Amino acid sequence: MKYDFKNNVLTVYLSGEIDHHGARKIREETDSLIQQNKPVLLNMDFSDVGFSDSSGIGLIMGRYRLMSLYGGKTKVINIPERLRYVMNLSGLSSLHITDK
Amino acid sequence: MNSQNEMSLTFESRSSGESFARSAVASFITYLDPTVSEINDIKTAVSEAVTNCVVHAYRDTIGKIYLNVKIFDQNMVEIKIRDKGCGMENIKQAMEPLYTTAPEDERSGLGFTLMQSFTDSVKVRSKIGKGTTVILKKRLSPRV
Repeated sequence: MKYDFKNNVLTVYLSGEIDHHGARKIREETDSLIQQNKPVLLNMDFSDVGFSDSSGIGLIMGRYRLMSLYGGKTKVINIPERLRYVMNLSGLSSLHITDK
Repeated sequence: MNSQNEMSLTFESRSSGESFARSAVASFITYLDPTVSEINDIKTAVSEAVTNCVVHAYRDTIGKIYLNVKIFDQNMVEIKIRDKGCGMENIKQAMEPLYTTAPEDERSGLGFTLMQSFTDSVKVRSKIGKGTTVILKKRLSPRV
C-alpha cells in the first residue's frame, strides 16, 4: 500500500477492489502506520479504488475510531462517483469525514 | 417460467471466493451488454451475499457455497446464493441497517441494505442449523 507521512498528516492510497478478503491487510498496514506515526490527520485516498462493498465502510469506520482514540481526525478523499452512493447510504456523511 | 441461460458454481467459503464469485457472475452476464453501473451493482450485491456466507454462515469453519445464476426474458437476472451453514433465527433483524453480529471483524451491518439498494428484489430463506438462501433479482435496462 502506498502512503506518505508529512507535517503530521498520514495519507494512505487505497487501490483495487476492497472487500472482506482484502480489507484485513489494508487494516493491519494502516493501523501499524497510525500507531508508529500518531498523525493528527489520516487521509484515506480512494481515487484508485475500482470496487468496494460494505467492507470499505467498515474499514473507514474502524480507522475513524482508532484515530479518535489518539485524538486525531480522519478524512476520506477522492471518492469515485460510484462509491459515493454507498458512503452516503452508510451514514458516513453524518461524521463529516468525506470530501464534498 | 423457463430460463434462457443458466450457470452454477460451487466453491468453498474462503474469503478469496468473494472476488471470484462477483467476477464470475459479472463475466457470465457480460453477453447481455449491461452498463458499467449495472455490473457494479450486481458485483456489490453478490459480494455482500457471499461475504455473509464466509463471515456468518460458516464462521470459523469451511463449507460449500452454491451460486446459481439464471437469465429470464427481458434481461431479468436471478442470482441464488445458498449455504448449508448455521442459519439465521431472525431474518428481519439481520436485514436491519447497521445490525451486525460480527463488529469485531469490522462488519458494518450494511450487507443486506446494499443488496436491497443495488437490486430489484432480495428474498431470504433461512433455517437454523440448515442454512440460508438469498435470491437477488435485477432487470437490466433494455439495450438498443
